Amino acid sequence: MKIYVPADSAALALGADDVAAAIMAQAHARGVSVDLVRNGTRGMIWLEPLVEVEVEGVRHGFGPATVDDAGTILDGTSAKALGPVDELDWMQRQTRLTFARCGIIDPLSLKDYQAHGGLAGLKRAIAMNSTEIVEEVTTSGLRGRGGAGFPTGIKWNTVRQAQAAQKYIVCNADEGDSGTFADRMIMEGDPFTLIEGMIIAGLGVGATRGYVYLRSEYPDAISVMTRAVEIARAAGVLGPDVLRSGRAFDLEIRKGAGAYVCGEETSLLNSLEGKRGVVRAKPPLPALQGFLGQPTVVNNVISLATVPVIFEKGAQFYADFGLGRSRGTVTLQIAGNVARGGLFETAFGMSLGAVVTDIAGGTASGRPVKAVQVGGPLGAYMPVSEFDTALGYEEFDAAGGLIGHAGLVVFDDSADMLRMARFAMEFCAVESCGKCTPCRIGAVRGVETIDRIAAGDGTAIPLLTDLCETMKDGSLCALGGFTPFPVMSALTHFPDDFARMKEAAE
Amino acid sequence: MTLSAPAPDLDDMRAIIAQHTGLEGPLLPILHALQDSFGHIPDVAMPLITEALNISRAELHGVISFYHDFRDTPAGRHVLKICRAEACQAVGADALAEAALRKLGIDWHGTTPNGAVTVEPVYCLGLCACGPALMLDDKVMGRVDGAKLDTLLAEVGA
Repeated sequence: MKIYVPADSAALALGADDVAAAIMAQAHARGVSVDLVRNGTRGMIWLEPLVEVEVEGVRHGFGPATVDDAGTILDGTSAKALGPVDELDWMQRQTRLTFARCGIIDPLSLKDYQAHGGLAGLKRAIAMNSTEIVEEVTTSGLRGRGGAGFPTGIKWNTVRQAQAAQKYIVCNADEGDSGTFADRMIMEGDPFTLIEGMIIAGLGVGATRGYVYLRSEYPDAISVMTRAVEIARAAGVLGPDVLRSGRAFDLEIRKGAGAYVCGEETSLLNSLEGKRGVVRAKPPLPALQGFLGQPTVVNNVISLATVPVIFEKGAQFYADFGLGRSRGTVTLQIAGNVARGGLFETAFGMSLGAVVTDIAGGTASGRPVKAVQVGGPLGAYMPVSEFDTALGYEEFDAAGGLIGHAGLVVFDDSADMLRMARFAMEFCAVESCGKCTPCRIGAVRGVETIDRIAAGDGTAIPLLTDLCETMKDGSLCALGGFTPFPVMSALTHFPDDFARMKEAAE
Repeated sequence: MTLSAPAPDLDDMRAIIAQHTGLEGPLLPILHALQDSFGHIPDVAMPLITEALNISRAELHGVISFYHDFRDTPAGRHVLKICRAEACQAVGADALAEAALRKLGIDWHGTTPNGAVTVEPVYCLGLCACGPALMLDDKVMGRVDGAKLDTLLAEVGA
């Protein structure tokens, strides 16, 4: 009997280890032999721990499972039976390209990985020259999935053309944005795809060394990635002779140290070099002077993890999905106060409202949705009146927001938007690297100004607006520059929350 | 991870530092390794690091003080990190954190008088679809309510 119990952090946080142990104990008591696989998550977090039992090659789901369900799951009498997992509405409606293997395979089985299309992309890339590799990525239309949306092919081409004795591939796995967990999920559920993507990047730009800068808040992801690198090295996937191609590429996992700003690429590079994670002024671009002053590709986890499928299926296949200049799929992370939260991969173009209402099923509390913060702590609070906005980089920009890393945090009508605006400023003050004044001082003044508004001083509102303008225009990076997005969107769309206190005072 | 610090031994520290000096950008790995062994970055390690990496004491202090993770004094026997980020706030993290701090009678970054637990804020554990979330040492927990929190605090002896 083959049984899958996820070892993804979200599943672990909901008791998956205990469920796995109970299943093994119950199986032992019944004299049933069980082949237990600790897979990644399918992304349906509201069903975690999601136990799957394979029957004649079809995986049947049971969830959310508790320790008490173990016996009935084995007996086939569980009331939590969901039927074949692949036929669930949530799975059927997705286009899983980047996450095709996540939740399906044993994350640390290279054999499983290859049986599901793994390494096919790398083998194709090995047969191409560097120009062709970079052209393939350019044709795919892939843009940086970390938030900035910069065309990946153009970045790679800059590094490819740079002359240097040593170039680097740096993977930004410092996924600090609230509401985002796609990086964590793929590193825990399909780590080899990130490794393969980094190798292809290395072949494309002529880099032989890579680093994954992984945040310390993700101990499970660190452990899976570290073991995956060791396995890949032992199998000759990483090392001096990648798949006997005569080409070298190796990589190291580096642990962050709890600074949010290190998700900004230049700050990340400083941190990787062992310095304070202070933002660097650009130019010079990291593509020309990055890690240790050498040409460096800095890409987000999802960008790099998407590269293998582009090479496996072809650039045009990938580019055929999407909307306008947003090609391919977006890996939505639906979070916060939602009935059905998790990861949903789909072509760009779906409307925000369809995701929140239809896919996520509205709020978990059952109360009306008030706002959805899209794109992390630096993203705008979108009111229900903006729910028609299509998920695409340009479309969100036009609506005064940003798609960022595609995390959606849903709030019900009990949310106090003044308090959320204050939190955005407070967070910026805590996490500012301190290099530029608008961010370092502005965030502190922002908290004070919002406190004045909360105390009923309406004259502080224009001051807050002015401060946000200054931070937006004068900050060196997105931390200070984008903190005005949540603040101003809260103020603009929910003015009542900023006036209420004043009325109470009067 | 038990953070009751063994007496810092200079030779042990030198050995830990030496294991990492061949890396590109060795400082963060060194600091993490020292903290893993001693529960904090002991003062006596400073000159060893500055000498091994040929950096100034000010530079080293700048790095240690920049990052939330590094401590100059040991934490309690357990470290409880409660997520304060937006997704967890949307499902009641503020109330949960307030209750935890009130029960323990400490503020953020504080340690209970019996040394059992230190409470730190954390901004996102990537458990945004199953909040409120927290992490006790390296173990994550989701959908934490008052009852789960009480059990947890009792288990760590707080």
